[in-house]
Amino acid sequence: MPAGRGPILSLSRLTKRFGPATAVDAIDLEVRDGEFLTIVGPSGCGKTTLLRMLAGLEQPSDGEIVLRGRAINDLPPNRRPTCLVFQSLALFPHRTVGENIAFPLKVKGMPPAAREARARELMRLMRLPEHHFARNVLRCSGGERQRVALARAFAYDPEILFFDEPLSALDYKLKKTLEKELKDIHKESGKTFIYITHSLEEAMVMSDRIAVMNAGRIVQVGTPEEIYTRPVNRFVAEFMGEVNVLPARRGAGGLYASDEVPGAFRVAGGAAETGFIVVRPEFLRLVESREAADNVIEAQLYNSYSLGSRQQYRVRAGDKSLVLEQSRATGRAPALDTRVLVGWDSRDGLFVEG
Amino acid sequence: MVVSGSAIEDTARRRERHRLLSVGARCAIPVYLLLATGFLAPLVAIIGFSFATPRGYDAFRTFTLANYATIFDPANTVWTSFARSLVLAGLTVAILAVLAYPIAYGLARVFGRWSGLVSLLFVFPLFVSENIRLYGWVLFFIKGGVLDGTLNALGLPGGPDLLFTPAATLFGMVYVYLPFMLFPMTLGLSMVPNDLIEAGRDMGASRLQIWREIELPLAMPGILIGMLLTFVLAVGAVAESKVLGGQSIIVITHDIEIAFTYAQNWPLGSALAVLLMLVVGVLTFAGIAGLDLDRILGRR
Repeated sequence: MPAGRGPILSLSRLTKRFGPATAVDAIDLEVRDGEFLTIVGPSGCGKTTLLRMLAGLEQPSDGEIVLRGRAINDLPPNRRPTCLVFQSLALFPHRTVGENIAFPLKVKGMPPAAREARARELMRLMRLPEHHFARNVLRCSGGERQRVALARAFAYDPEILFFDEPLSALDYKLKKTLEKELKDIHKESGKTFIYITHSLEEAMVMSDRIAVMNAGRIVQVGTPEEIYTRPVNRFVAEFMGEVNVLPARRGAGGLYASDEVPGAFRVAGGAAETGFIVVRPEFLRLVESREAADNVIEAQLYNSYSLGSRQQYRVRAGDKSLVLEQSRATGRAPALDTRVLVGWDSRDGLFVEG
Repeated sequence: MVVSGSAIEDTARRRERHRLLSVGARCAIPVYLLLATGFLAPLVAIIGFSFATPRGYDAFRTFTLANYATIFDPANTVWTSFARSLVLAGLTVAILAVLAYPIAYGLARVFGRWSGLVSLLFVFPLFVSENIRLYGWVLFFIKGGVLDGTLNALGLPGGPDLLFTPAATLFGMVYVYLPFMLFPMTLGLSMVPNDLIEAGRDMGASRLQIWREIELPLAMPGILIGMLLTFVLAVGAVAESKVLGGQSIIVITHDIEIAFTYAQNWPLGSALAVLLMLVVGVLTFAGIAGLDLDRILGRR
């Protein structure tokens, strides 16, 4: 993340109501100049509405959008220095690849020769084959269309690029390639990217920072690492990947007790009295003795699943089912339905509010 | 499984037979028969009559170009009827295009759940015969009629003397053919994805640029279909010039009707009809050639 640069975009109490429903609920957020920020949340959490307000396609009900110190609430989309890459990509089907890319330049009034040269330059930048210039966009493959949409957005030369899940319709392999490509393009261009997705994986791979959204509010903002290892509540913990959740309350001596699994546990904690202990599967491990980890519980090994490089186990402790993952190289596989000891260190567990 | 050579040949031969008349073609036979007897046969009869001896009924037995010669005789002024029909139809299409566009835009983008009701209002008059609706307009425009009478009652000078003028004919045609322009145009406009318009706006285009660069070209198939439909219908229109125009303007269809009825000159009427078909056909194909569906659908 480029350090020392100020915010490019600040949202204060930004709100959107549709009739009685509140889609975006008083959001405060600062976007740093040049960062790749991903807003991630389940479908219906209001992330698309938020993005549409930033692009100017939706009028806020309340609050303010400030771009480099200037409120832009009333600026129409065609006068904002921002560009949105739509989920559908919104390529013009009656135009060629070249005409699509040159569209923002054409409406700006750039002469034909100059805009063709610029469009060809952008095609090279996006690694689109030269001979696609005069081809109809609908005859391009999914990945090529992504690049055309991106090239067109760059032709507009915006200060901020918005992305509304443009990769969601692609197959897994192509998606993985394009995610990294997009991050590379972000690095090369130095522009601010705001990306929305419901896919945790996408968010983790590309972002400098992630903002997790739920029910119209931003729940947590932080680096992918922070969000993953230090979720502020159960929602974030569960949203950011597979996790073991134990309902617990604060007991004596800074230990936490759970009704579902007997024992008192030492974990990194918050201030609340009741909440949940969350432990990621990779932080749980099979141990030999009760002294091998800060917290150890007794369980039955229920089943084992191969994840390629890692092995996943499901164990039962009391009524509770827990998931743990180990690298394939670590240790032997115990027999199913035998008694095992499962442990984790106090710094790897976290006590969060519901 | 072992399949002998002859069995394979048998299958191949059976396939060959099937290919002569596919399932679809066989299912279409009744429609082909209906089209042949109800559509193609009268057309062939008309073409046959157009080459028969003038004022005779011996189609297919005689062949003469006398009827066409009569039409192209410099002394004959029937070409003015052709010209009037084409000009009237052209004006109707032009006026309708401008008039229907805002309504179609409203139906496709603005009215939302009300567009069903608005469409119904435009369809409703079609349930009443065209002639009756035109007579309704006569009652509206006539001296002492709805318009004139109302204005008089309000102490204003009477309504304008519109009835039985070429303008009244044009008005009638615009009125009658509005739905035929409106609905294809609405369909065309609603086929323009909203995303594209928003994207255009987001990339700096003004409303006028969006209309010219995105909306109009993408809605063009619907608009062209509406224009072709109304043009073909308007060229063949006759009731408007008779009822509202009071024959102040003679259109080609009127001449054809006269030839078939009062003049009892079927061959001349047929020759006029064939010429009209040719003119309209050529103009229509020229229009369709401009409608490049392949490009719009991205097949090229």
